[in-house]
Amino acid sequence: MGLIERLLSRRRFLGAGLAVSGGAGALLLARSEAAAQAGHGHDAPAAPAAPHPHSGGNRTKGAVDAARNGFDPHSMLTDWDTGKVSELPDGRRLREFEIVAIDREIEIAPGIFFPAWTYNGRVPGPALRATEGDVVRIRFFNGGAHPHTLHFHGIHSARMDGIPGAGEAFPGEEFIYEFTAQPFGCHLYHCHSFPLRRHLHKGLYGAFVIDPDPERHPEHREAARSRLLGTPENAAWQELVMVMNGFDTNFDEENEVYAVNSIAFAYHDKPIHIARERPVRIYLVNLTEFDPINSFHLHANFFDYFDHGTTLTPTLKTVDTVMQCQAQRGILEFTFKDHEPGSYMFHAHQTEFAELGWMSRFEVA
Amino acid sequence: MTAAWTRALLPLAVIVAIAAIFVTTRPLDFLSAGVPPAEELTVERATLDGEGLHLTVRSGAWEPLSIAQVQVDGAYWEFTLTPDAPLGRLATARLDIPYPWTAGEPHVVTVVTSTGTTFEHTIAVAAATPSRSPADFAVFAVVGLMVGVVPVATGMLFFPLLRQVSRRGLDFVLALTIGLLAFLLIDTLEEGMEAAARAPAGLQAGLAVWLAAGGTFLALMWIGRRGGRRPEGRALAFYIALGIGLHNLGEGLVIGASFAIGETALASFLIVGFMLHNVTEGVGISAPLVGERPGWPLFAGLAAVAGLPAVAGTWAGVFAFAPHWAVLCFGIGAGAILQVIVEVGAFIGRRAAAAGDGWITGSGLAGFGAGLAVMYGTALLI
Repeated sequence: MGLIERLLSRRRFLGAGLAVSGGAGALLLARSEAAAQAGHGHDAPAAPAAPHPHSGGNRTKGAVDAARNGFDPHSMLTDWDTGKVSELPDGRRLREFEIVAIDREIEIAPGIFFPAWTYNGRVPGPALRATEGDVVRIRFFNGGAHPHTLHFHGIHSARMDGIPGAGEAFPGEEFIYEFTAQPFGCHLYHCHSFPLRRHLHKGLYGAFVIDPDPERHPEHREAARSRLLGTPENAAWQELVMVMNGFDTNFDEENEVYAVNSIAFAYHDKPIHIARERPVRIYLVNLTEFDPINSFHLHANFFDYFDHGTTLTPTLKTVDTVMQCQAQRGILEFTFKDHEPGSYMFHAHQTEFAELGWMSRFEVA
Repeated sequence: MTAAWTRALLPLAVIVAIAAIFVTTRPLDFLSAGVPPAEELTVERATLDGEGLHLTVRSGAWEPLSIAQVQVDGAYWEFTLTPDAPLGRLATARLDIPYPWTAGEPHVVTVVTSTGTTFEHTIAVAAATPSRSPADFAVFAVVGLMVGVVPVATGMLFFPLLRQVSRRGLDFVLALTIGLLAFLLIDTLEEGMEAAARAPAGLQAGLAVWLAAGGTFLALMWIGRRGGRRPEGRALAFYIALGIGLHNLGEGLVIGASFAIGETALASFLIVGFMLHNVTEGVGISAPLVGERPGWPLFAGLAAVAGLPAVAGTWAGVFAFAPHWAVLCFGIGAGAILQVIVEVGAFIGRRAAAAGDGWITGSGLAGFGAGLAVMYGTALLI
């Protein structure tokens, strides 16, 4: 008799012992014992009728109306805003962006509406992308009901910091930010008006990626070219931008919904398609409020990680989980080249966040 | 006659007209512009079985309330909502959640509405809810009989002893009955208030306890004293049995409901406790019969009136519990108990006057105190 069989028969024996009793009083006793045993008795809820595949029942019901929201989490993965490009008299490249702060209600999980503050009507705001050394000019108009700013994580002057007194736009006003894109890496921007936490968790944030200029990094020219949008080397990659965020829908300073790019379970209900032979690069940004850290865990695979994206060699090699504190970000590189096709999960390894919406899948083919 | 009738119409017409103007023009809407509606949702009943969790919820909101998602233990879970539509004020719906619950452990269900408002319901100890099989009906009939009929009938066995006690001894027993009833009155009102706290606020359940108690008290006083009679002897015994029966109906509801939600971990101890607690009720019912020669059918009838409602209550509590029905039961029970307190008190007063005593005597006070003490002491068992 094997170990499993012996353990199972022992449990059956204990169960039988409980049923040995007699008389009228035993009726009640048997009833309460039956209730106590329900976990593994005939009432066992172990297998409720056919849960949804891959979710085990842990999912939201219905679907978010992307058309009404005005943004689709799937197209958000790749719709970089590279701005309007022109050349300055001194020969440098100028990128001009336009961002408007708008108050609007967004659907963050099927049927759950959040009164958000947005950049350009979406949460996260547009994923801005420039190249190292570009002059970046952003015309910011505040169409909301509160003062707002754009505070970039990057190198810039005090005047361009996007804080109260330096680049804060009051409702109906505009401010133009201008700075040189540096250092290269995976960065972010957010509103820095006060109260800070409210302005962040209401939705005023987005990714800001600065690609390296290969000419400035001769020792890692190949790596730099693969990062630079528009090169053939870069086109070989499947690049995705993911902003980890959460929503406190009842304003109790705890998130009711967690997600990547705002919509709970969006990439779980409808997985992200990955071509097996092409490598994957993820620009991962943590903008979760209330919880000090968030994390990213990839199933059945390992990745190289570039913290802040400010290096061309990995800061962590061959890991399958990475954690980020609030506003931390980095680049993940991996491939499914040698994997069999199928569904591969990725999610926060804080199971709480995962089960509240930060649960996703790659469909590798 | 016609003129008097039309005079009542004018003020009614005025108030209806003002209400109509207010509702159609909504002059105060600017006060709540942009503010999401206040939502309220109460879980009235939760059952657990092999299919998962099943909740009956009732909306207390004025605006339609949309249930968007459901979390169990902090995880979004698939569910079906019946009917699958926004809930109007005081409307109910059923949530079926195929969740693999763990026997003996707590679970928290969180309902998330379209506005992101959350409503939590805790299942203190998960256990399979009794089914509606004949076997389960029989089990809970036994529970009801043990809690209601058995102790009352046992208490009645003191009757031969009561017949042998002196006049002052009987004063003591009658006062003990009042002590017992006073305890039950307070207990019933407290239970009623507890149940009211679990009912949707829109139902004004707390107020309903007092209204049902007051209405029942006045109705029973009127019935008991029709034709200038004062209930004594068999009639008084019947009213005491009725009051106690209504109390036991509520007690059965609470016991049944705690079975249904798995809170009765030590069910057998609880039932023994209630049994001992309720023995005194049999003594109280028999006391007014001391001057008579009652046969056993009378005792059987009184035991049934006082005890059988516990069976009905237990069934209702297990299989169809809703807090607002418990509120009504406790209110009616409290009113009925108050009536017998008044009538037994009046009976004691008449006996004292006939004997030339004051309304309060040493043996009476001792009996009243003993009644409270016995009930309090046995309440520690439950």
